[in-house]
Amino acid sequence: MTLLHGRGFASVNYPTGMNLGGDPSQALVHATTMGGFVVSLSSVDLGQGLKTVVAQCAAETLGIPMENVIVDTADTDTGPHCMGTFASRGTHRVGNAVIMAAREAREVMLQVAADELEVDAGDLETDGTGYVAVKGAAAKRIHISDIALAAHFKQGKTISGRGIFLKERSYPVPETGEMDPDSCQAHACTVAEVEVDDETGVVTVLRLYNTYEIGRALNPAMVAQQVEGGAWMGVSHAIFESTEPYYPASREHGPVDFSEYLMPGPGESPEQTSVILERPASNGPFGAKGIGEMTANAPIPAIANAIFDACGVRLATMPFTPESVLRGLDALRDAA
Amino acid sequence: MSVKIVNLKVNGVDKAFMARPETTLLLALREQLGLMGAKRGCAQGACGSCTVLLDGAPVVSCLVPAATVDGGDVATVEGLADGRRLSDVQQAFIDGFATQCGFCTPGMIMSAEALLARNPDPTADEVNEAISGNVCRCTGYAPIVSAILDAAQRRRERAEGADQEATL
Amino acid sequence: MPRVNPIDSSFFKDERGPGDFTVIGKTVPRSDALGHVTGRTQFFEDRTFPDLAHLKIHRSPHHHALIDSVDTSEALRVPGVLRVLTHEDVPANWYGVLRLIGIGPDDEVVLAEDRVIYRGEPIVAVVADSEAAALEGASKVKVSYTVLPAVLDVEEAMSPDAPVIKKAGTNYFVYEGHHARRIRFGDVEAGFAQADHVFEWRYSSAPIEHAPTETTGCIVEPKPDGRLLIHSNTQAAFFTLDNTALIINRAPTDLQVKGGTVGGGFGGKVDVMVEPLACIAATLTNRPVKFVYTREEEMQVSSPRAAERIYIKDGVMNDGRIVARKIMLYVDAGAYARHSPYGATKAAAHLPGPYTIPNVYADCHCVYTNRTPSSAMRGFGVTIADFAIESQMDRVARALGMDPLQFRLVNAYRDGDMKAHRKEASGTALIEVIQRAAALVGHDLPAEYQAMSSSTPRGAIA
Repeated sequence: MTLLHGRGFASVNYPTGMNLGGDPSQALVHATTMGGFVVSLSSVDLGQGLKTVVAQCAAETLGIPMENVIVDTADTDTGPHCMGTFASRGTHRVGNAVIMAAREAREVMLQVAADELEVDAGDLETDGTGYVAVKGAAAKRIHISDIALAAHFKQGKTISGRGIFLKERSYPVPETGEMDPDSCQAHACTVAEVEVDDETGVVTVLRLYNTYEIGRALNPAMVAQQVEGGAWMGVSHAIFESTEPYYPASREHGPVDFSEYLMPGPGESPEQTSVILERPASNGPFGAKGIGEMTANAPIPAIANAIFDACGVRLATMPFTPESVLRGLDALRDAA
Repeated sequence: MSVKIVNLKVNGVDKAFMARPETTLLLALREQLGLMGAKRGCAQGACGSCTVLLDGAPVVSCLVPAATVDGGDVATVEGLADGRRLSDVQQAFIDGFATQCGFCTPGMIMSAEALLARNPDPTADEVNEAISGNVCRCTGYAPIVSAILDAAQRRRERAEGADQEATL
Repeated sequence: MPRVNPIDSSFFKDERGPGDFTVIGKTVPRSDALGHVTGRTQFFEDRTFPDLAHLKIHRSPHHHALIDSVDTSEALRVPGVLRVLTHEDVPANWYGVLRLIGIGPDDEVVLAEDRVIYRGEPIVAVVADSEAAALEGASKVKVSYTVLPAVLDVEEAMSPDAPVIKKAGTNYFVYEGHHARRIRFGDVEAGFAQADHVFEWRYSSAPIEHAPTETTGCIVEPKPDGRLLIHSNTQAAFFTLDNTALIINRAPTDLQVKGGTVGGGFGGKVDVMVEPLACIAATLTNRPVKFVYTREEEMQVSSPRAAERIYIKDGVMNDGRIVARKIMLYVDAGAYARHSPYGATKAAAHLPGPYTIPNVYADCHCVYTNRTPSSAMRGFGVTIADFAIESQMDRVARALGMDPLQFRLVNAYRDGDMKAHRKEASGTALIEVIQRAAALVGHDLPAEYQAMSSSTPRGAIA
């Protein structure tokens, strides 16, 4: 038995959004009496953290603390339309819609504050603490709860805003495939290091090194969650997963539960080292691109290439099972 | 088909419910006692989302016939926090970004609580082993393992602090 | 402590700007984490109703068969069974989820009519007082079949002598008169003629399950005003609402979807699979109805990531420039279209990968076979293509005796390059992620490769 080691590379890009039907999302923002700001959406959080990241977008744009932002989603009676959470579109589409709505609400907020302070709205600024202050005269300030109270009970104004992001429909040209389907592209390069057991055919992914360019990391810890969790899924796809182990010849023996559908457990997951680069997208919320999906992609070919590097077997069919490794090794021996 | 009255403690409180032969502990907790923390991920005992503690030991509640737990002591994720003060495991999961969709989280946390109750200073391998029956599809497990190790450290530091207080 | 990857701010310094934000770019705690760790987060199934009814499905055991008869009398005699639903109970049984964006034809049935075209296809829905009664009722449905030959291979399905399994008359989706979504850029045959080397290899994958820890499901609750409230784990609330309204022939304003908290999606919860039948059942029984997939259904009946078969032929010069790339890509859509025609187009737009190649030819086929319909999954249209492309890049580099990263850098797309789908590239950063990854693992790159930049025009090396 020999444990063979190899290293493989893969570099990829991935589109943010995929538009074949017109791709919109909307947001509404309004202030409550005491300066809470409700962001109303119908968008879905699958666990990627959309609720958190849109709250960050709203707080940053309004210039108020995160604690004052309430995200209300996803109820089709109370939230405006969202196309859905897929195609790495959530942060980009919904983030942009929230920023637009928050800008409109901010304008009203500043005007109400200006009237209370008897200054020009253009002379006001926010610093994220909850106060609106006169530029260069920080002592002349008013808190957002007082602004909101004044709007409700004194000035008779709704501090509110409407936002929409629409990627307009693109019809592919049937003859050539000319089209404009996405908004921007994120990038990644993954280096995989594997160990191949030439007796059992088992592939162990030891380490993954990832570099991602994602526009802007709106919440670095949540970026790490996507990069790490997605890479784990890529490893799982690469070496374990299929609902049809004998595809396409036979539809039999499909796994029906988690004891048959194999995925790497906590002890079988590779060590990961990652670096993030930022090249802000001109059309992204604060420059962000979508990376929810792509993180599973580069590890798969990087592992395939590392297996070849380790043992000379080129696996061109996923998943890379021990059986396929052993058959490949047998073929190499036969050819020798 | 006999219906049996089951008496047990849930999170320290006496409870009773009626169990049919096919009623699982998971469904009794969810549908009769209104405790929704334990999740049904597979109903086959293979995902761990329904993990609760029965007499201190982690069990997949979807495979436990409710009628067999009469007189037992059940702990669920709902019983971990003391008012607004979270357990060390819960707090470490938040601080360590060890949750994404959150569906596996209650079961994962109960497996971790059971581990730390019997082994206050586990190695990473022992953590891996303890959660090996809990499926997570989002995180890649590394943040979860880190959070459990972090929680273990917090618990040890708290215990040492309590010891010092006692000797003062 | 959160695991946070370092941001290398030495790249794109000018474009990144001062970054003087208050909360953007900060590791803000997740707003949903407290609910997750306390068990208080409410997923769709985390609600009880004293009179909740359950819906289960009787499914086809055959890949392809004519239905001769359906007998539900025994199912109806199971104690606790309230109703059985057949296709006659579905107002608009033929549907296609992409009709909302004008993509047709409506090729799928909610419940089978005179035939089944995949194993696991729903035929009868049984609504009962308890989950056990619904399951028993579903098992008591008797269907007799005439079994037909099945088509299970994408290239066999495309051949003229294959049995046609689709009502529309072709075993593939028709893209504006073409049998595939095409990419035609430059002259690929001239490129091959000009090349020093031509390489062609085949890549393939098998179907992959999303495997969310929470299975697909919904609870539909009849409200006092006659509307239906759908508690759902859909990934797209209005998409589900609008498609459901069309299938059950109700005004969209009669429906309300609540959700937004999902136990993992990964693309598996964008098909509209459970809500229409649960709405029909709730209307007919006047009770809240739950329809949630078992783990087995989630694994074998819910849409997987499509299996793909991809042939890549490259024409390459001795210096490493790829001058022509031809790709024949087959998506195994399974029995019904769902989102697959869209995924094959997404694949086409992605080709030939993040490289600038002057001559590109691609046919991306969305092929129907007698297996579980596939649909969207994380990286839709791209994940398997990337496996093929990046394996190909490794093989070609080795065949040329080139360093695999240098080979990629030579061909990497840059700002201003024209992509094969005729969109000018901008905001590119492939070169930089390769350079940074090389540094991360101590893989030396010669100075001229380290000096490359996505924002400077190509030509320095070539």
